[in-house]
Amino acid sequence: MGSFQSLPDDHQYRTLSQKTGFSLEQIGILHNRFKQLSQNEDTLRRDDLKTIQDLESNPIRSQIIEAFFDKRNFQKDATGSVQEIGFEEFLTVMSYFRAPAHQITEEQREEIRRAKLRFLFNMHDTDNDGTITLEEYRHVVEELLSRSGALGRETAKGIADAAMLEVASITVGPMAPDEFYEGITFEQFLKILKGVEIETRMHIRFLNMDTTVLCK
Amino acid sequence: MPVVALFFLPLLIGSCRGIDHNETDQRVFPVISINYQHVQMPFEISLWILLASILKLGFHLVPHVSAVVPESCVLIVVGLLVGGLIRVLGEDPPVLDSQLFFLCLLPPIILDAGYFLPIRPFMENVGTILTFAVLGTLWSAFFMGVALYGACQLEGAELAGVDLLSCLLFGSIVSAVDPVAVLAVFQEIHINELLHILVFGESLLNDAVTVVLYHLFEEFVHRGEVTAGDVFLGVVCFFVVSVGGVLVGCVYGFLAAFTSRFTAHTRVIEPLFVFLYSYMAYLSAEVFHLSGIMALIACGVVMRPYVEANISHKSYTTIKYFLKMWSSVSETLIFIFLGVSTVAGPHAWNWTFVSLTLALCLLSRVLGVVGLTFIINKYRMVKLSGKDQFIVAYGGLRGAIAFSLAFLLSSESCAMKDLFLTAVITVIFFTVFVQGMTIRPLVDLLAVKKKKQSKFSVNEEIHTQFLEHLLTGIEDVCGHYGHHHWRDKHQRSKRTLNISKEREAEIRKMLRANLQKTRQRLRSYSRHTLLPDAEEDDWSETRLRKQRMEMERRMSHFLTVPANRPESPRRARLQTDLDGRAQKASVTFAEELEEHRD
Repeated sequence: MGSFQSLPDDHQYRTLSQKTGFSLEQIGILHNRFKQLSQNEDTLRRDDLKTIQDLESNPIRSQIIEAFFDKRNFQKDATGSVQEIGFEEFLTVMSYFRAPAHQITEEQREEIRRAKLRFLFNMHDTDNDGTITLEEYRHVVEELLSRSGALGRETAKGIADAAMLEVASITVGPMAPDEFYEGITFEQFLKILKGVEIETRMHIRFLNMDTTVLCK
Repeated sequence: MPVVALFFLPLLIGSCRGIDHNETDQRVFPVISINYQHVQMPFEISLWILLASILKLGFHLVPHVSAVVPESCVLIVVGLLVGGLIRVLGEDPPVLDSQLFFLCLLPPIILDAGYFLPIRPFMENVGTILTFAVLGTLWSAFFMGVALYGACQLEGAELAGVDLLSCLLFGSIVSAVDPVAVLAVFQEIHINELLHILVFGESLLNDAVTVVLYHLFEEFVHRGEVTAGDVFLGVVCFFVVSVGGVLVGCVYGFLAAFTSRFTAHTRVIEPLFVFLYSYMAYLSAEVFHLSGIMALIACGVVMRPYVEANISHKSYTTIKYFLKMWSSVSETLIFIFLGVSTVAGPHAWNWTFVSLTLALCLLSRVLGVVGLTFIINKYRMVKLSGKDQFIVAYGGLRGAIAFSLAFLLSSESCAMKDLFLTAVITVIFFTVFVQGMTIRPLVDLLAVKKKKQSKFSVNEEIHTQFLEHLLTGIEDVCGHYGHHHWRDKHQRSKRTLNISKEREAEIRKMLRANLQKTRQRLRSYSRHTLLPDAEEDDWSETRLRKQRMEMERRMSHFLTVPANRPESPRRARLQTDLDGRAQKASVTFAEELEEHRD
């Protein structure tokens, strides 16, 4: 919790707070963290995130890091990826992980759900064509299961195949013998994850108290 | 009814006790002789257990009853009937011996609950559970004690003898939510996981508070007065009891884990270690007046991941079946005995006291839950709604623990013992009958979320796993060590410490050999029913074959296999290859996820 040279003024914080929904204290803390990661520069690069030690053992590390630099997550209707991001983009990505407020309407809940699932979808859909193809899905499964080590590529492939099969059967239903299943579209993605309460599960606790001193 | 006949038997034989074989003069060699005393004790015990089991059978054979009335109610009624029958026959009905209850009947139930405790929801809500267990019980006990005392002072002279300390003692006995009753009722209503773990967790953890308060007030009543120093010591005692109990449990848990490493050559006695170490943990905690229940839970929770990695699959099945069996029988016996003891016990009925107790019980529970939720919701991510609070308050059932504690009171130091006993029994009856029976329609009426019936599909599993890793990663980026971070670390340490690669492969091979067992493991926490029959049907041969055919067709669609029409041998080979792989894969995956999940 050091002192930094240029303190962004309150006004900037307020606009950010309105845009992303974080409280002013939370934005302050996240800004501290941003400064810490970017070594007091104004922009964050991939290498800065790669230095986080705890992230090393995460099987989907590269995808998480990519998500920060994916323009689709900046809520600006752009596509592609950037090399470095500013604090606003950092905060925007973080805002996907806020818990929904207690008293919200059904439409708002649905909106939040869609947004979070869109984030997840973008993480899988690396080539940005709007569908998750079998290759991309295989990649996800392999990454996930690479933890145990003993699981071979064959098994991972088989699991991804079975998973795709399930998606096909749930979303498209019985297909004619000459139909070809392209990949999972966003609407199908929504459908298969209907049973998982994403809006309540996909959140982390953002503190109002600064604990950046505790991490190395 | 054969059941009644069974009961006549020991009484009949008992009356033959007087037969003597002392005619030494003309002693003919006794071809047939009756010696009941020889086997009296084990005979009667077995008979009781047999009765309980037959009743359980009968209960499920009569579909109409089981849909409306929870099992516990039926069992108590049966107990009442049996007790009445015994009394009519002129014998003295046996009372639920507290020694028997605490040492033999309670441990299997608690061990079953602790061993199969769903750790993730428990840990995610541990703050809420502890608040309800500790603060809720304390509030209930004091509120009831003081209010009862106040009310007693206002009434006629008959209740004036009830002093404050006795009232507080009574309050502490009757305010604890009972795990046995909660389990019995909640198991049948299939409520959502969060509420289940909240009420159930509370019922388990409040044992420490109950133990401390009970011994504290009993001591004070004995002594007659209390000083501020004593109160302070009481608080210290609470921490000692709870933390001590957990420590004892952990020690035995680690011992069991350590022992299980060496059981590779003596597989048959593996389950025995699990049971013995747990029971020893319970008894050791009871020696020092620590919380035996918490010791048992801690032992089960600590022991489980290590033991399961080391023992054979058959031993795992044995442990599971034995625990379920013992806990089921114990629970049945407890409720029956409760009914019998009601008929037996000395009663002192006082309308005012009993009705006051009942009213105050409900009131204190509601106030406690609402008040605490108000505070808790400030710290919770997923807030508890009004409906949730209602279910938590309504699910606060009292049971046999309260009865046994009341029974344990010594008559000299506490003159009101009979009065207390009657009041406790009334409260238990009310909560079990009224609340137990009405909670199911209420749950439906309020449209409370039920337990997720269907198992996770492969996709949901994948994405849930993905989400977990994502959340951990984001927490790391944010830089604070939250819930996900610690869970992840714990999981990694578990893996490096214990599970060796060849053991993993061995387990996986065994599981692959039988798809069914894998499905079972994915839902190992279900109360007394191990597997609904629908599961068995799922994996019947015809269904498998149909699935296989479907899978082959689908595979060809997106795996860009050229759509050569069937009858070609190459295609046939490819099909079996593909589906064999997918099937194998899904088994492995399921097993993998099971390991990942906790």
